[in-house]
Amino acid sequence: MSNIRLIARLDVKGPNLVKGVQLEGLRKIGDPNVFAKEYYDQGIDELIYIDIVASLYERNNLLEIVRRTTKDVFIPLTVGGGLRTVENVRDVLRAGADKVAINTAAIKRPELIREISKRFGSQCMVLSIEAKKVREGKWEAYYDNGREKTGIDVIEWAKRGYEHGAGEILLTSVDMEGTAKGFDIDLVKAASDAVPIPLIASGGMGNVNDMINVINDGCADAIAMAHVLHYKKLTIQEVREYAASRNVNVRRLKLWSR
Amino acid sequence: MVKITIVDYGMGNILSVQRAFEYCGAQVIISDNPQYIKNSDYLVLPGVGAFADGMKELSERGLIEPIIDFASKERPFLGICLGMQMMMGKSEEFGIHDGLGLIPGSVVRIPDEDINGLRHKIPHIGWNALELPSNKKTWNGTILEGVEPGETVYFVHSYTAVPINLPNRLADAFYNGQIISVAVQSGYLYGCQFHPEKSGVTGLKIIDNFIKTKI
Repeated sequence: MSNIRLIARLDVKGPNLVKGVQLEGLRKIGDPNVFAKEYYDQGIDELIYIDIVASLYERNNLLEIVRRTTKDVFIPLTVGGGLRTVENVRDVLRAGADKVAINTAAIKRPELIREISKRFGSQCMVLSIEAKKVREGKWEAYYDNGREKTGIDVIEWAKRGYEHGAGEILLTSVDMEGTAKGFDIDLVKAASDAVPIPLIASGGMGNVNDMINVINDGCADAIAMAHVLHYKKLTIQEVREYAASRNVNVRRLKLWSR
Repeated sequence: MVKITIVDYGMGNILSVQRAFEYCGAQVIISDNPQYIKNSDYLVLPGVGAFADGMKELSERGLIEPIIDFASKERPFLGICLGMQMMMGKSEEFGIHDGLGLIPGSVVRIPDEDINGLRHKIPHIGWNALELPSNKKTWNGTILEGVEPGETVYFVHSYTAVPINLPNRLADAFYNGQIISVAVQSGYLYGCQFHPEKSGVTGLKIIDNFIKTKI
């Protein structure tokens, strides 16, 4: 088994890091750059920034935050929210992002996935899917931060996304997001079985056991954490050590010692 | 202050590479000027993407000869990711293509199966440990000096370089048991399959070593 990636997800609204429950009822947490640097210093594997209102207002505020981040944070950075064109993607990559997460624009025009992966490589194209449970074993894709229904089946959409050239999938359970009650493991397992590309499980992590379950039973390749880190319920080191103690492969960390 | 030239040929995350070198105290010049590149003190060839595209972009800018010329003059050279792959003689990615030929060997696809014969995910994405190849006892005197075997760095790739000569293998990694050559060296010429600019402290250490290479 290759190393499971531990990712901090930072949802951003305007200049602020925010956190909601089921993508609603947002609370201000602080300065995203400060949190990003802190997680980097603690040894997080990757960072994800999502501008959660950008699609709604059709704009993207993140560029300045991304530029500031890349000055002193030297790990992979994924940026999403409101990216609609190849030019938008180019601007974000030029600001220092390594990958982009695309949801709304891909649903409206799936060819965008291919355009991005052709131009910048599939390693750069992360398909972001917001999934809401319809019934047992069935999920519907949403967009605009869990506000808009699509009528599209999540698993079918994941497969199509892969066929269009997506290199990774960021799968967020709208039902579990912000609840700290654990990941939707059936969802993650179904998607992971359906596509041969890495899958990042997002939404619901409340404790270290939730992580172990989504890795062992859901077959997630990476986990995105928000609540547990932003509210300082767990440190990245605690998460890493617990994973290692349960025989989950995580990278060996060299602590900051410059 | 050490002056580093990063080759700009339209492919790759130049800004991230620049930021990391600047953080380590280097002055960075980004250039696609053949004459300037040829006469640089330190040269970095970054790159993300397909082999043939990379060679084509270099060729169209008239940069292949200047890079080979630079490399023949015993000055520090670092190829990153696609940049390392292009240092090899040829690649099998989407047909057979000639590389820069700085290090004998070829670029092939990562085996589709893990060591147990089970299909595994490609590309190889994520953090993986650097290991000493069987023929090496130490990384002292190289850009990996001070890095301990087992320290992890960040990878994103589907193809991998296979140097013909064992002494050119500087570091290996294991992807689900499959051995891959992830750093190469021939004198002052270095290549990293991983991204030192995205590999936290370990990556910065490697960059720091590179810019401290005496010329």
